[in-house]
Amino acid sequence: MIDRIPIDAVGIQERVARIRTRSIKKDSKLQALELALRMMDLTTLEGSDSEGKVRQLCNKAMHPYTELPDIPSVAAVCVYPNRVALAKSILKDSSISIASVATAFPSGMSSLQIKLDDVRYAVSEGADEIDMVISRGSFLSGQYAKVYDEIAQIKEACESAHLKVILETGELGSLENVRMASDLAMKAGADFIKTSTGKIAPAATMPVVLVMLHAIRDYYYSTGVKIGMKPAGGIRSSKQAIQYLVMVKETLGNDWLDPSLFRFGASSLANDVLMQWVKEKTGRYQSLNYFSND
Amino acid sequence: MSEKKISDQSKSESRKSISLDWSYAEAPENTSHATFNKSYGLFINGSFTNYHESQSFESMNPANGETLYRCTEASESDVDSAVKAARAAFEGEWGNYSGTQRSHYLYRIARVLQERAREFAVLESMDGGKPIRESRDVDIPLAAAYFFYYAGWADKLAYAFPGKRPKPLGVCAQIIPWNFPLLMLAWKIAPALACGNTVVLKPAETTSLTALKFCELLQDIGLPNGVVNIITGAGTTGEYLVQHPDIDKIAFTGSTGVGKSIQRSIAKRQISVTFELGGKGAFILFDDAALNEAVEGIVNAIFFNQGHVCCAGSRLLVQEGVADTVIDLLKKRMEHLIVGDPLDKNTDIGAVNSKTQLDTIQRYVDTGIKEGASCYECSGPLPNKGFYFPPTLLTGVSQSSTVVQEEIFGPVLTIQTFRTTEEAIEKANNTPYGLANGIWTDKGSKIFHVGAKLKSGVVWSNTYNKFDPTSPFGGYKESGKGREGGISGLHAYVKLENSGGM
Repeated sequence: MIDRIPIDAVGIQERVARIRTRSIKKDSKLQALELALRMMDLTTLEGSDSEGKVRQLCNKAMHPYTELPDIPSVAAVCVYPNRVALAKSILKDSSISIASVATAFPSGMSSLQIKLDDVRYAVSEGADEIDMVISRGSFLSGQYAKVYDEIAQIKEACESAHLKVILETGELGSLENVRMASDLAMKAGADFIKTSTGKIAPAATMPVVLVMLHAIRDYYYSTGVKIGMKPAGGIRSSKQAIQYLVMVKETLGNDWLDPSLFRFGASSLANDVLMQWVKEKTGRYQSLNYFSND
Repeated sequence: MSEKKISDQSKSESRKSISLDWSYAEAPENTSHATFNKSYGLFINGSFTNYHESQSFESMNPANGETLYRCTEASESDVDSAVKAARAAFEGEWGNYSGTQRSHYLYRIARVLQERAREFAVLESMDGGKPIRESRDVDIPLAAAYFFYYAGWADKLAYAFPGKRPKPLGVCAQIIPWNFPLLMLAWKIAPALACGNTVVLKPAETTSLTALKFCELLQDIGLPNGVVNIITGAGTTGEYLVQHPDIDKIAFTGSTGVGKSIQRSIAKRQISVTFELGGKGAFILFDDAALNEAVEGIVNAIFFNQGHVCCAGSRLLVQEGVADTVIDLLKKRMEHLIVGDPLDKNTDIGAVNSKTQLDTIQRYVDTGIKEGASCYECSGPLPNKGFYFPPTLLTGVSQSSTVVQEEIFGPVLTIQTFRTTEEAIEKANNTPYGLANGIWTDKGSKIFHVGAKLKSGVVWSNTYNKFDPTSPFGGYKESGKGREGGISGLHAYVKLENSGGM
């Protein structure tokens, strides 16, 4: 069903190293920061997430930095299903989407029925986007058809909500597996493929994301369908975020430099982007105390 | 439900409007710290000779065609003085130094080169046109690495040649090309000094600047006078040097044509030579390779240093079944190569070294097209001033095509297909050259099977254009004679006497 495509890990690392030498300054940097902010899925996925925490996150999403009103809002907030309704009530008049993790996140260790119910619940609460996890156990034991079917059924349960498929690349063991899981997820109906839950280290790394971008590009060439990409976890600085944008540009082209096709899943990236943004605008760095921790 | 749809629509619309055409702003390297003179004399016996306008030539910055500095055209008597200084040093102080003492000087050179790496990188890019990314990340660090490596050998020569007593040759005449000026200088000078020789070196006439700055470095570290002499000039100066009766060794890196003429001219002399000449490397890409990474490898093989690389993988041999995919991927990758100002940190492909070379490349591409090749050029913009050539692919070529037979020395890749492994090996070896080849496959056994049958000094597998001081480099057939780098590189600078033991 899915071919195993050879990947040369050394070659991938060399390409990444070269991408990282790109020097992004001045206007390009400002544009990149703006883009990074607009592509951000502000995320809180803790067992301790209170109503207040979600409220805070939604406010941050709408007004990242009050002193610069022209700063754009982020793409989405990402929460657990039982916080979707609250987020929805706060964000209903904004352009910000609500993403919800589902399918027995983060391990996916449950029955298909429960995963489907989890998705339907999140959608009925108002989620615009569903971030599902694949069953890594099934994938690693070679039950590719089972993983495929799960994704396909969950896609159906999503109805009009966008489906992001989390591969949890930190558990897949090799870049070949990352490629294969990406191909499988796209064929099964993913709108986005996503690296990680953020609960497993390593989370998103540039080599892994490059392999996934290659998969997206090849899928686009053969089908004409544009699939989105979401690295999540481990991206904390603006510099890293910009390197990812360079990688997207040089692998998929400018078409993908859009929140509809690329997202950063991050919780602490926002403040660094804001700080850099303010620095580019005003010429000086502001104290971190001026940025709200959410 | 209907309300949800409306909000979805407005969300996707607001997203659409924010897509943008992102490109990289200029990111020029700072040049204020890299100073140089407007004119240079010759570096003989530890100091610069006086500069005379009447005996000089200009060197331009190929990125804009403007004169960068002028240097002295060494005459026959200048060459003679340089050789005499080298002889005196060899027979004097330097010749009596122990290996340990010599190693101290080499370590010092290496360390100062590292400290001043940024400065040398900037000058290398200004003088030669190569992108700062390469001079900064490849040329200068590697040059320092070669000095470090051979510094380590200087006091351990007896261990490199068990049962022999290695003796220096004497005065070495060294001529280097313009594609990697400082790196080639390091390849030549480091092993020569490690083995106890003295040197007269001539850099290429278009790229003398880093060699001249290197002389200042030698003065700073206090290398004894006459151990290294640097004379600038063109072919005539080079001829004076190789014809000089008092040299013991010729080390030449450059074109096969000049190499042949040097070989002819010294036919009657007892003189040790090493040649590192042209190449027409094959990049053999099997259908089971990791194709995306192989495409990146192709970019490194042929577009590295504007293709001014003797070991460049200038002939792509791709297995039939994946040829279309590979060419397609390669073209898309090429769209992201930035040709432009060598000093911009984002430049992938800088300026061609000289107008002459630019014309040569153009002539070859024209010939290729005349002989039936299809030409694909990168569509990106080229600067208005200076010498630039876009990355180019030539398809529809065959073994007999001029562009497949001859070395172009530019960013031009010829593409041929093959069906069987045997056919690939035959095509790769069917050339007068034999410097380097590359094999790309996911199968380890195939690497060894094919690698053993390729007639070239270097075979890279699943990578290309990788250099390391510990690894010997050199050619088969018309690509050269002798090896540089590694223990083999010491052989070129010693004569071995029998000893009664270690």
